[in-house]
Amino acid sequence: MIIGIPTESALGEKRVAIAPETIPRIIGLGFGVQIQSGAGEAAGFTDNDYLAGGATVAGSKEALWDTSDIIVKIRAPEQASSSQVSAEIALLNDAKTLICLIGPGQNPLLLELLSSAGVTTLAMDAVPRISRAQKLDTLSSMANIAGYRAVIEAANHFGRFFTGQITAAGKIPPAKVLVIGAGVAGLAAIGAASAMGAIVRAFDTRPEVKEQVESMGAEFLMLDFKEDGSGQGGYAKIMSEEFIAAEMQLFSEQAREVDIIITTALIPGKPAPKLIVADTARAMKVGSVIVDLAAEQGGNCELTRPGEAALIDGITVIGYTDFPSRMAAQSSLLYGNNVTHLLADLSPEKDGQINVDMDDEVIRGMTVVKDAKITWPPPPPRVSAVPKAPPANGAESSAHLEGAPKKSTAQTLIALAAVVGLVLGLGVVAPPSFMGHFTVFVLAIFVGWQVVWNVTPALHTPLMSVTNAISGIIVIGALLQMGSDSRIVMFLAALALLVASINVFGGFWVTQRMLRMFRRES
Amino acid sequence: MSSGIISAAYIAASILFILSLGGLSNQESAQRGNLFGIAGMALAIGATLIGSTPVSYTLVIALMAVGGAAGGFVAARVEMTAMPQLVAMLHSFVGLAAVLVGFASYLDPAGHFIGAEKTIHDVEIFIGILIGAITLTGSVAAFGKLQGILTSRPVLIPGRHILNLAVATACAWLGYCFVGADSINGGIWPLLAMTILALIFGIHMVLAIGGADMPVVISMLNSYSGWAAAATGFMLANDLLIVTGALVGSSGAILSYIMCRAMNRRFISVILGGFGTPKASSGTIETGGETVAVSANETAELLTSAKTVVIVPGYGMAVAHAQHPVSELVDALKTRGVTARFAIHPVAGRMPGHMNVLLAEAKVPYDSVLEMDEINGDLPTTDVVLVIGANDIVNPAAQEVPDSPIAGMPVLEVWKAATTIVLKRSMATGYAGVDNPLFYRENTRMLFGDAKQSISEVLSAL
Repeated sequence: MIIGIPTESALGEKRVAIAPETIPRIIGLGFGVQIQSGAGEAAGFTDNDYLAGGATVAGSKEALWDTSDIIVKIRAPEQASSSQVSAEIALLNDAKTLICLIGPGQNPLLLELLSSAGVTTLAMDAVPRISRAQKLDTLSSMANIAGYRAVIEAANHFGRFFTGQITAAGKIPPAKVLVIGAGVAGLAAIGAASAMGAIVRAFDTRPEVKEQVESMGAEFLMLDFKEDGSGQGGYAKIMSEEFIAAEMQLFSEQAREVDIIITTALIPGKPAPKLIVADTARAMKVGSVIVDLAAEQGGNCELTRPGEAALIDGITVIGYTDFPSRMAAQSSLLYGNNVTHLLADLSPEKDGQINVDMDDEVIRGMTVVKDAKITWPPPPPRVSAVPKAPPANGAESSAHLEGAPKKSTAQTLIALAAVVGLVLGLGVVAPPSFMGHFTVFVLAIFVGWQVVWNVTPALHTPLMSVTNAISGIIVIGALLQMGSDSRIVMFLAALALLVASINVFGGFWVTQRMLRMFRRES
Repeated sequence: MSSGIISAAYIAASILFILSLGGLSNQESAQRGNLFGIAGMALAIGATLIGSTPVSYTLVIALMAVGGAAGGFVAARVEMTAMPQLVAMLHSFVGLAAVLVGFASYLDPAGHFIGAEKTIHDVEIFIGILIGAITLTGSVAAFGKLQGILTSRPVLIPGRHILNLAVATACAWLGYCFVGADSINGGIWPLLAMTILALIFGIHMVLAIGGADMPVVISMLNSYSGWAAAATGFMLANDLLIVTGALVGSSGAILSYIMCRAMNRRFISVILGGFGTPKASSGTIETGGETVAVSANETAELLTSAKTVVIVPGYGMAVAHAQHPVSELVDALKTRGVTARFAIHPVAGRMPGHMNVLLAEAKVPYDSVLEMDEINGDLPTTDVVLVIGANDIVNPAAQEVPDSPIAGMPVLEVWKAATTIVLKRSMATGYAGVDNPLFYRENTRMLFGDAKQSISEVLSAL
């Protein structure tokens, strides 16, 4: 199948879906690749670079869209036609597959259009949050770039060094950076800022990210408040009002001290929380910089003007929404790598054919339109085959896992009835002496069952060796037979006595030896 | 001495045995429990010796002395890594004794039963010998596998299920012939034939089961040895034997159940064997990816810069005899203020509780050795996890890949820790034949080499 890479039509979009370096890997999967002439120009890739990688070049937009089976791009296809060229959506049909960012939650109309055109569509921004899918997760790739770029933009607008220096001309204190939200972008920002020598502090509502933050070289700001902000799928959730008030207080204190604030706080499907109110922002020193990575969702700062960098009362507030596009070469490479991993999953045979396998959890999650039907949202992910174990509950706990379905009550009843019937039947035919022993036997099993469940798992090996020793009780049988007149019986009993004695002595001895080794601390 | 006093002694012995098992509920009372067991045994043997008159006391005492000396000799010498073999060997002795006592009981001219009692007695003998014989050869085969004399891979004879079914049918038919026989000469041949079949069946059954299913096999044989003793008790109309046999039998059954649960497998599928063969692994999912190898020096740095360390030992630690260096490593870390603990999966090693005994031998305090359920909650806040010679028990595929052969098996969630260091000899798959995605995680490091040597190098780098 032919993969076509069109020029991005959105205004200001510099990225291209696949970088030339990635082309040979896609060809290795059996696909053909063609690129619209000039598609990589804004990212710094020439047509010749693509030709060298093994791609062909299509002269016009129409030629490319017509002859490609799979369209790989970054932004969703434009819906309205602009002047003389046809709208991208009109160039798609039911024989084509589209791979790009869709935003399926925000763009129901687009999904309608795609499904009525019958275009099989995979959304690069709908990758399930499971480990296996990390290599496809373009949101993480882009967030990483955005975090890095945010620091670069901040440094660009900040009139001082990041790192502290002692020069002949005097001492320069290091810049202080506050990063709010320690997701992928936040961690990338922390890494970049501390690598440049700044003192970095970070805040997140999810306490479990503390160690990640510290490992990147930042100080984790703790709020003296008991509330866990972890939501579904590793994202944050909305916090209580008291928590937000305490949080705001912390930010306003920090704002007086730090030189740069980078905010990355996003909650899926909600407008970005307003964490830096106008007063907090104005409390910063003149010359300070705020970079708002949440600008596209309305911004974390009240002063943010999405899409621009504004100087407000001496403080620069950067609200760009196109950080990845500002590093087009890097973004294109990572996006293309993510797409290549997806193509590899779609074409396990490496024969250049794709199979949109709806049984594959990752592919199912990303597929938003198939067979002219909208398939978004996907069913909830099968996070694990194991339900959360109920609190330890002796025999029953966690015994009923998937794959070992619980026996139905009817089955249990039938089994029980069979056992009772069997015992009753035995009672009818067996002599009373046998039934006496049988009673003892059954009772002993129950006693054993009760006692052994209490044995700590750490002592299971001594349990086995001590049961070994006491099953040497069979010596009693041998001893009773030692009084026999028959030679052969004597001989057999003597042999049994010998081996059972090994058991008795060996078993107890080795148990004692083991148990002596178990000791407490000091 | 009156039979009443002997019965009383037997009751006391039964109670002492129950107390002995009860004592194992925690480490403090365990030694006392074992002493109860010894007392019970001494009481039982003493009462029997006084109550029944053997032909020669000298012979009895000589035999017990020889057997006891042999048992004591082995028990005092055995290495803790070889505990599974010792236990398997001891099981085989119980099986052998049950077979011998069964035959003796059948041949004993003193035993005269008629009617229903004879039938029941014959059935008891038959069952006692059957279980005893399976226990005997099954344990010998298990011993061979654990000792490395036999291959630890499952040995699968074509049509083995049909073969087993044929053996079972033949045994049932022989049992019918045996019970129907009206003279000892008529009954002995079906009995002998059944014994031979049961002996073969025992070997065949265990051979078909792979090495890492050994915890289940050993527990099962433990259970069988108990049932064999109980059957002997029925045959001799001796309640003490019945009680003890039932205790041991149910203990082994519980252990088998716990082990099966820890692998999320059904007992019957373990016993039918054949797990971990190429056929079973066809469902594996290609994980692939890059592993990151580290040196002993880097490992030492990671460990010293950590605040909390958890060590997950597996069978590989036992094979490499690495428990002593591991214990030294933990001591060294503790002196540096690092909190170091152990996490034990129920089926780590080749028998239940195997790892605990090895660590106890290496003088690791048992309060820093935790069970899977106790430690899983702490793993996300752990800095470094050191996995020593374990594979399937730390495989995230069990939770994340629903069609994996080990899906649903409870595992130690080591991948949630900040860094996981896996000590391994090579990239070979574990027993289940399932590739382990853990090795390709971003926060996983691989330290290749023999576990003992690697740990010693880390120690010297500290």
